[in-house]
Amino acid sequence: MGPFPFSAIVGQEDMKQAMILTAIDPGIGGVLVFGDRGTGKSTAVRGLAALLPPIEAVAGCPVNSAHESQIPDWAKVTDRDLVEKPTPVIDLPLGATEDRVVGALDIEKALTLGEKAFEPGLLARANRGYLYIDEVNLLEDHLVDLLLDVAQSGQNVVEREGLSIRHPARFVLVGSGNPEEGELRPQLLDRFGLSVEVTSPKDIDTRIEVIRRRDAYDRDPVGFLTNWRGADMDLRAAIVSARTALGHVEAGEDRLRDCAELCVALGSDGLRGELTLLRAARALAAFDGDASVTRDHLRRVAPSALRHRLRRDPLDDAGSTTRVTRVVEEVLG
Amino acid sequence: MSAGEDRWQRVNLALACLALDPAAMGGIWLRARVGPVRDRVQKGLETALQGHILRRLHPGVGDDALFGGVDLSATLAEGRVVRTRGILGTPSVLIMPMAERIKSGLAARLAAALDAQNGLSLIALDEGADADETLPSALADRLAIHLDLAEQGLSDAPDLALDPVALAEARALLPRVTLPDSAIAELCEVAARLGVTSLRAPLLALAVARASAALSGEDRVETADLTLAVELVLAPRATQFPQSEPDSAPEEAPEPDQPDTPEDQPDDVDDKDRADMPPAELLLEAAKAMLPPDLLARLSAGRAVRASQSASGTGAAKKGNHRGRPLPSRAGRPGGDARVDLVATLRAAAPWQPMRRQMTGQQDRLHIRMSDIRLRQFEETSDRAIIFVVDASGSAALARLGEAKGAIELLLSEAYARRDHVALVAFRGETAEVLLPPTRSLVQTKRRLSQLPGGGGTPLAAGLKAALELALFTQGKGMTPSIALLTDGRANVDLAGMANRAQAAEDATAMARAIRARGWPGIVIDTGLRPTRGLDALARDLGMPYLPLPRADARSLSAAVDASLIPA
Repeated sequence: MGPFPFSAIVGQEDMKQAMILTAIDPGIGGVLVFGDRGTGKSTAVRGLAALLPPIEAVAGCPVNSAHESQIPDWAKVTDRDLVEKPTPVIDLPLGATEDRVVGALDIEKALTLGEKAFEPGLLARANRGYLYIDEVNLLEDHLVDLLLDVAQSGQNVVEREGLSIRHPARFVLVGSGNPEEGELRPQLLDRFGLSVEVTSPKDIDTRIEVIRRRDAYDRDPVGFLTNWRGADMDLRAAIVSARTALGHVEAGEDRLRDCAELCVALGSDGLRGELTLLRAARALAAFDGDASVTRDHLRRVAPSALRHRLRRDPLDDAGSTTRVTRVVEEVLG
Repeated sequence: MSAGEDRWQRVNLALACLALDPAAMGGIWLRARVGPVRDRVQKGLETALQGHILRRLHPGVGDDALFGGVDLSATLAEGRVVRTRGILGTPSVLIMPMAERIKSGLAARLAAALDAQNGLSLIALDEGADADETLPSALADRLAIHLDLAEQGLSDAPDLALDPVALAEARALLPRVTLPDSAIAELCEVAARLGVTSLRAPLLALAVARASAALSGEDRVETADLTLAVELVLAPRATQFPQSEPDSAPEEAPEPDQPDTPEDQPDDVDDKDRADMPPAELLLEAAKAMLPPDLLARLSAGRAVRASQSASGTGAAKKGNHRGRPLPSRAGRPGGDARVDLVATLRAAAPWQPMRRQMTGQQDRLHIRMSDIRLRQFEETSDRAIIFVVDASGSAALARLGEAKGAIELLLSEAYARRDHVALVAFRGETAEVLLPPTRSLVQTKRRLSQLPGGGGTPLAAGLKAALELALFTQGKGMTPSIALLTDGRANVDLAGMANRAQAAEDATAMARAIRARGWPGIVIDTGLRPTRGLDALARDLGMPYLPLPRADARSLSAAVDASLIPA
C-alpha cells in the first residue's frame, strides 16, 4: 500500500512549496516543518518520497553510488549493475543509537566469524536522498552534534573499534516537530534551508475536506491512489523539468541587491540567509517556468527562507513570520 | 440511572467499539489508578479482544525488544546469527501499564508504529496521580478513546457485558457500515468548536461511530453513534468550552428555530438525511455533558506542564553511555543503547579459552559466552550554568545588598568546586545589564560583584528578560541553566524603562511566565528586611521556590539554594 498521495494533501501550501523546492534543488538544504499535531507533517514527507524521480545507482552499493568507481573500498559489492532506485527517504527514529546512525563494526561477524566488517548505518543509506527526523527537537544532543558535522562536510567518518572508514553522506535534511515540546539548537536550525510553520486549518470546510479525503484513503487505499496517481505524476514531471530549467534561470544584479537588503533589514546572522533565499527563489522561478527571478518569487520564498534565522525575541513567540512579512513589504514594496 | 452507572455504560460501549477494529482506533487511553475498577476493565478487555494477540509492554522497554535484534546468547552458543522478532513486527494489542512514565523517545517510536498501520493498537494504562503525570501528547493524540475512571466507584461498576459472539457478528458487519454525507462535516464542526485542533481526532471519531453502528446491528451511522463518538473521542480532547457561534463558520444556519438544516451540507443530501442526522448543536450538547470539570484549571496549567515534561530536549542533564569521559567497562547485556567494548570482552573471555575448548571439543574457534560481554560506559557531566539576577536598586542597596553579595560569594565558591558556570545579571535604574557572561572564573566574578553599585529604580522585568536571554544562550551551548533571582521588592520600572508601577508589574509577570514555560530550575530569594508581599506570587509565576534571606546565616541560605537549583 502506497503512502497518502502528496497532491491530495489539502491546503498547507507553504509546506508543499518548500518540499517541492528542495526536490528541485537539493542544494537549498532541507526543510524544517514546525507545527501542531495532526497537521499532515509526516504525511507530506512520506508522500514526497513517492513523488521524487528515481536515481540511478549501483545495485548492491550500500551508499547508492552513482558509478562503480565511487563505491567505497570497504564495501564488498557483488552486484555492480546500474539500476534505477527510488530516491531514498530514510527515517531517523528518535533514540536511534549512534551505531545505527553512523554505522559500526558488525558485532555479529566480529564475534561469530572473527571478521572485521563495517555495518553501514542510516547515513549511508540516506546518501543522495533524504533524511527525515520526526520530532527533531527531541533528538539527543550527541546525535545533533553528529548530524551537524556530517551535514556540513557531506562525509561520514567512522573512527572507532579499530575501524577507520569514510563514505559520502550527502542528503537533504527534513525535520518536523512541535515547538511546544522543545526548542531546536540554533546551529541545527541554521542547517535547514527552509522552515515552514504549519497550523491546523481554521476553516471548517477545509477541515471537512481533509477528513473526507483521509477517510476515503483509509477505506479504499488502492482506489484512492489510482485516482490521484495522475496528479502526482504531473507534479513529478513538473519537478523534473524544473530541474533541467534550473541552470538557465537568471538572477540579475537587482535581485541580489534585494536579497542582501532583505537580510540586512532583518538582521539575520551570517550569509546563509541570502544564499538560501536566492537558491529557493531560483528554484521557484524554474518551477513556474520563468526565465529569470522576479521580486514576486523572492516575496513568496522569503518567509520560509528567513524566518528561522532571525535573532529571537523571547517574549514574542509567533512574531518571526510577521517580522519577515513586514520587512519584505518595506524592502520590496 | 446514576452518573456512575451511566459512565460505566459508556466504558462498556467504548471497549466493545475498540474490540471491533482496534487498529483503526489506535487504542484507548485509560486513566485510572490500580484497583478493582481497573481490573474489571482489563478483564473486559481480555474478553472483548479474544482472537487478538495481547502483549504487555513495560515503559522501559528497549529497542531490541520492540524492533527485534540479534539474540546474542543464542548466536554465541550456535556460532551463527540468531535473530529475534520485535514486538512491533506482529499485529497485536499492546498493553502498557504505567503509561505516564513513557519517555518521549519511546512515545515517538510507538507513535510511528501506530502510524504505520500494521495492525497495532495500544491500551495505555495511565496511573498518573496528578495532572502533571500524563501520557505524552504524541501518543494521546493517536489513541481514539480517552477514558478517565478516577471518579468511578466499584459499586457502579459491575462486570462488563461483552459477548464475544455478538462482537464477532458486529465485526462482520463493520465493513458494510455506510456514513451519511453530513457526518464528517458535523464531527469537524464539533471538533472545531471544542478547540480540538488535531485533524486526527475527527478521523478517529469516525471510526468509533462506524463501530458503534455495527454494534447496534445497523449498517448505517445514526445520531446515537455520532453522539457516542463525540463523547468518547472529541469531548475529552476539548481545550475550550464550546461557543454557540464560532466566528469562522458564518455559513452556519443563523435561525435558532431551524437547527436541523445547516447550510454547509452538500446538495446531494436527501431529505431523509436532514431529518435524522443531528445538527452539530445536538452533538455539542453531548460533548458539553462530558467535558472534564477541571478543563479551565488544566488550560492554565497546560503550557508549563508541557514544557517541563520535555526535559529530554537540549542541554538537560544526562547520564549517558554515548559520550563523555570513559569509565571502566562493565558486564551486561548488549542491546538498546549499549555499545560492546570488544577489547574488554575478549580480555574477559581469554582465560577461559582452554577450558571451554576442552568442554566443547571445538578447537578452532573463539569461545565467548554471554557472561564475557563487557559494555562501554561514559560519564557525561552536563554543564550547569547558574545565572544570578541581582537587584541593585536603591531600596536593595539600602537594605541588604552587602549581605546578598556575601551570599552570592558563598554560592560562587561552591559552584566553583563543582565546576559550574556562573553568570551575573544586575538590574537597577532603567535597565538590566549582563555584568558577566557565563564563566568559571571565580576571581573575575568576585571582582565584578564587589564593584556592583546600587541605586535607582527596580526594573524587575528587564532583569528577568536579560536572564531569559542569557539562559537561552547558555542552553544553546549545551549547558543547563538555573536562575537565582535576588531582589527585595516590587517592580516599579517597566520594560520600556518608564517609571510605571502597574505596567512594570504586568511586564514582570509576563516575563516570569515566559521563563516558567521553559521549565528551568531556579529560586527567588527575598533580600528585604522583612518578607515582601508579592514576591511569593512572582515566585509562583516563575514556578520557582521562594526563600526569604535568613538573617546572618549565609550558610543555610547556600544549602537551600543548592537544593532547589539542581535540576530534577
